[in-house]
Amino acid sequence: MLNHYPAWKNLLILLAVLLGILYSVPNLYPDDEALQVTHESRELVQADLDVIATALEAAQLETLDSDLNQGGILLRFDSVEQQLRAKTAVEDALTDDFIVALNLAPTTPAWMQAIGAGRMNLGLDLQGGVHFLMEVDMEAAVLARMEDNLSNVRSILRELRIRTRGLTMIDFSHIEVRFASAGDRSRARSELTDNFPELQFQNREAAGVFFLDLRMTEDTMLQIQRDTLQANRTTLLNRVDALGVAEPTVQQQGSNRIVVELPGVQDPAQAIRILQRIATLEFHLEAALGAPRSSYETYDYVAPEGVFTVNVDNDVILQGDRVSNVRPSLDQNGLPQVQISLDAQGGNQINRVTRDNVGRMMDILLIETRSRTNLAIDENGEEVEQVEFYEDSRLISHARINSALGRQFVITGLTQREAMDLSLLISSGSLAAPMTIVEQSVIGPTMGRDNLEQGIRGVQVAAILVVVFMLLYYRMFGLAANAALIMNIVLIFAVLSSVLPATLTLPGIVGIVLTVGMAVDANVLIFTRIKEELRNGLPPQQAINAGYDRAFTTILDANLTTFLVAVVLFTIGTGPVKGFAVTLMIGIVTSMFTAIVGTRALVNLIYGRRRDLRTLSIGILPVKPTGGKT
Amino acid sequence: MALQPIKIDFMGYRRIAAVLSVIAVLISLSSLAVRGLELGLDFTSGTSVRLNFSETVPVNEISAQLEAAGYEDAVVVNFGSDRDIRILLPLDPNAEAASEAEQAALTGAAIAAMLQARGDASITLLGSDYVSAKVGEELAEQGGLGMLVALGIIMLYIALRFQFKFSVGAVVALAHDLIFTLGVFSLTGIEFNLNTLAALLAIIGYSLNDTIVVSDRIRENFRLLRKTKPIETVNISLNQTLGRTLITSFTTLLVLFSILLIGGESTQGFALALIIGVIVGTYSSIYVASNVIIFMNVTREDLLVPIKEGAETDGVL
Repeated sequence: MLNHYPAWKNLLILLAVLLGILYSVPNLYPDDEALQVTHESRELVQADLDVIATALEAAQLETLDSDLNQGGILLRFDSVEQQLRAKTAVEDALTDDFIVALNLAPTTPAWMQAIGAGRMNLGLDLQGGVHFLMEVDMEAAVLARMEDNLSNVRSILRELRIRTRGLTMIDFSHIEVRFASAGDRSRARSELTDNFPELQFQNREAAGVFFLDLRMTEDTMLQIQRDTLQANRTTLLNRVDALGVAEPTVQQQGSNRIVVELPGVQDPAQAIRILQRIATLEFHLEAALGAPRSSYETYDYVAPEGVFTVNVDNDVILQGDRVSNVRPSLDQNGLPQVQISLDAQGGNQINRVTRDNVGRMMDILLIETRSRTNLAIDENGEEVEQVEFYEDSRLISHARINSALGRQFVITGLTQREAMDLSLLISSGSLAAPMTIVEQSVIGPTMGRDNLEQGIRGVQVAAILVVVFMLLYYRMFGLAANAALIMNIVLIFAVLSSVLPATLTLPGIVGIVLTVGMAVDANVLIFTRIKEELRNGLPPQQAINAGYDRAFTTILDANLTTFLVAVVLFTIGTGPVKGFAVTLMIGIVTSMFTAIVGTRALVNLIYGRRRDLRTLSIGILPVKPTGGKT
Repeated sequence: MALQPIKIDFMGYRRIAAVLSVIAVLISLSSLAVRGLELGLDFTSGTSVRLNFSETVPVNEISAQLEAAGYEDAVVVNFGSDRDIRILLPLDPNAEAASEAEQAALTGAAIAAMLQARGDASITLLGSDYVSAKVGEELAEQGGLGMLVALGIIMLYIALRFQFKFSVGAVVALAHDLIFTLGVFSLTGIEFNLNTLAALLAIIGYSLNDTIVVSDRIRENFRLLRKTKPIETVNISLNQTLGRTLITSFTTLLVLFSILLIGGESTQGFALALIIGVIVGTYSSIYVASNVIIFMNVTREDLLVPIKEGAETDGVL
């Protein structure tokens, strides 16, 4: 018999190999240190680039490349020092509404980027940076909503003239209302049921008092939890953006935690200040025509039809802490809108102002404290970084007051996208529940580089040792196994860089190294089987075939079981456990492909077409055992 | 040149091996119960004090000063630059402070003052916080839960693919390996951190791989060798897979030792845990899993469950 794969199978393998190489090659291109310059409301033009170029020239800084595209400017530098000095120089030359962010720019050729080939993201432990785990106080979020409900219930009962013996907040999601008679209670219950779909009602009697228990439904609590976490995440994202960090991670973890990872940031204290700073929201009227210049401020408003300026009256109608709920929804005609609920006091305030100003515009400002780092000279004549804080106000909504507003009102005339964005912006200045930092760690840049270098050296040495051993022990077949092993590593890198853009961490590297050790197992199984078959007297071609066939079941069983374990770990675990599970899963799939299909293709190419094949270069054969049946 | 055929009567030593395994597991369990594990900072709560020194001071010097001043369990690390130091201390249960945060503040001030008095460098206290072990605890919980779920799924899969007695064998072997590895950590007092937790999870994969390969051969031989006694069949299978078992363990150990020796400090715990796991996993695939199968009286009939042999071996991918 002869061993050969059909042409399509060989082509398929060749294709996989080429794709693997193509998508892992970008890792050989180191990123450039870069500055990304954008403007809050408009696209940048050549004139801006000229201003920047002049500023850099004055500071005697050279760019590797400067590029104007997608409304922004990307400047590349050849060292971190140049990059930092340039940031200061560029910030000084531009006005405050420009955003200058530190960045890493890929150096891969454009055609590679176009097909989605890029570098792997390195985890903090390999790059240095700070890591925070923030916990969102969910009870506080639910409590705020319940307190709001409490005052609503009270005012509704008052309006209906239903007498109570008092209302009490029992815990964060439970209100108790006491009545003198069952009649009062049932009347109250039927009214409240209609008004509060998010509450559950329950009757209870004790010592002649008729209780009505109001509890928040499980669904509503989950909804609040989701909204709050989302709002907090948006807030954090906004703040992290202000830090100007390249590739920050702001990720939800579990139901109440958010992970923030800031690669490259080395001062956790400053990062904490920024992450914990508070954003506020202010509702204003638009200044009337002809109002004195001192009574308003002018803001840019970015509307779909373009940017225009709005004069916002200085008087604050309402602040963000009065907003109890905000969400995007659809009106009865199916048009997108943002629904805003205020607490009782907020409702009164807005009502008082809006009933006399129907037809005028109402503006919402989002005010955030931002920081920027300046280089200054200290008393020793050394350059030091100084952090300066400033308030940054943005006009996020500009809408006509169509009627007197109350505790619940909607902003209409938006696209679905705008409604969602606006709702998130409003919540980032209002709803966000208090967050605490439960975990914090800093990895220095040198330590990160050491980890990476040592990890890579570990992989190299391990791979060389295994390759030499396989070659000595299995000769020609060892060569095929080694080619498969190298292919396996290339494929893992390719998958990690493009298909599953996972972040490579230290446990991940160790996972890859482990795959190197374990990947040869499949080949060892196959080759041992081939040797056995040869010893049992099968001619070489048949021995190859039988060896691959028989070993396949074993390899499949062993790998499938381990894969199941990896899936379980991935589903249940977080952080390092998950990262390890990902590399393990990828490693199992790629190693099965390279070790079985890949080596078979090579072995077929080497031996497959030779009818007169008498011996195989597969190392020393075992001697036929005396016992046992063969 | 001819090599002598390797034929070891593995199962002849099975009683001794069983006794040894039971003793090792018992020692591990009692050490875990009495001494527990040397938990890394990922799993313990305490106080984190951050200090800035006006000049570079070696970390071990600070450690020595802290020890002299009575802070024995302090861990000192650099963060950010070589002048920024982070000191981690376990909480003092006897402290009079009203809250953990207050205790952290007091400890921070005390340490800064103490170090200032002993050294030349001027010290700025950047902050002192209480760090909770919540996250580590949760991860350990997840890891533990993950292992239980994984064990359950493995049992089910092996019961379907092989036979129930093999599931018991594989799971007992796994539990044996995990308990033994944890036992070594407990006895030697090597720190148990998140990396070592990941290593334990990897040991599940490795040990299982080994056991399945051996079980696979046993199954095949039970169907092939009609007149051999079960114990003899197992012995033959173990001998047939021995070469592969040793080579794979050898290459894996090659890799692990190169990480242990040159992979840097942060991966050493991981490598060490895996080295122990690979060695004990190799042993357990020979003695624990096979022993359990023999003990449960495996017979040829157990494996004549109709499994479509043709479907599996029908061509390689």
